[in-house]
Amino acid sequence: MAFGWYFQFKAISRSPFEGLFQIIWPLFFATVAFLMFRAGTDPKTLLYASLGAAVMGMWSATSTTAGGAMQRERWHGTLEALVASPPHFSLILLPITLAMSTIGIYCLVATLLFGRFVFGIDLTVEHKVAFGVSIVGTVLSFGALGFLFAVSFVRFRAAWALGNLFEYPVWLIGGFLVPLVLLPDWVRPISWVLAPTWGMNAIRESALGGTPWPDLALCLALGVAYLTLGVLALDRVLGAARKRATLSLT
Amino acid sequence: MSVVEAIDLHRTYRTSTGTIRRKWIDVEAVRGVSFAIEKGELFGLLGPNGAGKTTTIKMLITLLIPTSGTAKVLGHDVVKDAREVRKRIGYVFGGERGVYERLSGYDNLRYFAELYGVPPGEQKQRIASLLELVGLTGREQERTEGYSRGMKQRLHVARGLLHDPPVVFLDEPTIGLDPVGARELRATIASLVDAGKTVLLTTHYMFEADALCDRIAVINKGEIVAHGTPAQLKQNVAEGAVVEVEIFGIPEGTVERVRELPGVNAVSVEEREQAQVLIVQTPADIELTHAILGRLDGANVGRVSRREPTLEDAYVALVSSGE
Repeated sequence: MAFGWYFQFKAISRSPFEGLFQIIWPLFFATVAFLMFRAGTDPKTLLYASLGAAVMGMWSATSTTAGGAMQRERWHGTLEALVASPPHFSLILLPITLAMSTIGIYCLVATLLFGRFVFGIDLTVEHKVAFGVSIVGTVLSFGALGFLFAVSFVRFRAAWALGNLFEYPVWLIGGFLVPLVLLPDWVRPISWVLAPTWGMNAIRESALGGTPWPDLALCLALGVAYLTLGVLALDRVLGAARKRATLSLT
Repeated sequence: MSVVEAIDLHRTYRTSTGTIRRKWIDVEAVRGVSFAIEKGELFGLLGPNGAGKTTTIKMLITLLIPTSGTAKVLGHDVVKDAREVRKRIGYVFGGERGVYERLSGYDNLRYFAELYGVPPGEQKQRIASLLELVGLTGREQERTEGYSRGMKQRLHVARGLLHDPPVVFLDEPTIGLDPVGARELRATIASLVDAGKTVLLTTHYMFEADALCDRIAVINKGEIVAHGTPAQLKQNVAEGAVVEVEIFGIPEGTVERVRELPGVNAVSVEEREQAQVLIVQTPADIELTHAILGRLDGANVGRVSRREPTLEDAYVALVSSGE
């Protein structure tokens, strides 16, 4: 698993073009947050927005690279090689999605640093340990959600587009920039089943002096649920792909 | 017990035509293929493009589920015990795909060594000896995107042997290689059998099958049309003769017109630099050269010769018989 993560992280992070995105994205998100909330008088408002922008970056990196990574396996013809190897495919897929989330951590840190050094946003965090734990928990749950996405990418060739499709709505539904109470009532149940919503809450609560633990627990519980669903679906999905001969298609 | 056993394998693909009024079509890629490979044997599956070779091999290595029929590798069913089969086999696909291009050859091998459970303490030694075997020593730290087609192919071979599998499946491993590279790879394949491995090789190069294989099954349109040792297959056409006509710009419909001649067993065309060579198989006791020339529609004809059939002619006769 550890080598798988290292190998996939190396493979994903080797493209200079995608590397450019990793610089532009955080700058873009930090700018959006600053411009939206600079009129506020409370310095904590800017921190609130900056954290939202940082998780936006993390989410974008995870959701779009999740689709891209499986598509890359198809293009390179390596998907068949992975499926034909002995371990359960979940043990191969999980390091790939965790490698994507790791890129998400970089995006989160870079967005916060851009906010701090370009726009002068005060990054004073109230509960530092809880803040760190919340970030790690959020990353893991993002990885689990990426894993669930990747399972569908194995079966459906065009499913990479799902990653792009989910990118923007989750910014809103997850309450990254706009508080959930401002959204229509019917949206809330959708927010509740998304781990990013609770991860975002946990990160904010710990940074702004609240209680992050219930949110973090929900975030992790949803992550475990995504993983369980993914593992259960994987055997059926692989069986269907072997039946319909879609593994070698690009 | 045979090492590899295929019994009445069928595989149908579902494909569609049209966008709005979509029509589903079933294409039978493999139609009742059966064979058995014994321990230490190099078995060749020979056939033209689209004959069903890759589909058959993909069913045996667990990447495709047969529509019907059964297959076993070392006694393990390829559908029910897929994981047990995967542990015991290595496979190599021809072509350039199947490697992580942004990473080095060494990293590629290391990753698959992990996946195939090669103990960490043995990985370095194992990778080094395989790099030596396939002639990539000294190039292993370079990114594979800079590798030539032949180097990628050889990397595939190394990857397929990482866990020292007793059974190796090779799907057109020399396709697209230059003559020297192909010859070296054939020597590597021969050495696998010397090392006690059981090998299934698919190819559409007759001479390759002749040079390497203990037994050959000729597959055409999803069915095995003949099988035996190379000598037995040659015997099928030993009684015939082959007329070769060099033509500079073969007119359209020539093959069909020649095929209609009474006594003609098979007709094929081979490209040779600026000319094409029409190869016509006939019975030994019938002289058809003049009749063939009469069907060439005034084409510019070069050298004309008559010779005894080779194994390649046997193959052409077999795969042409169903047309």
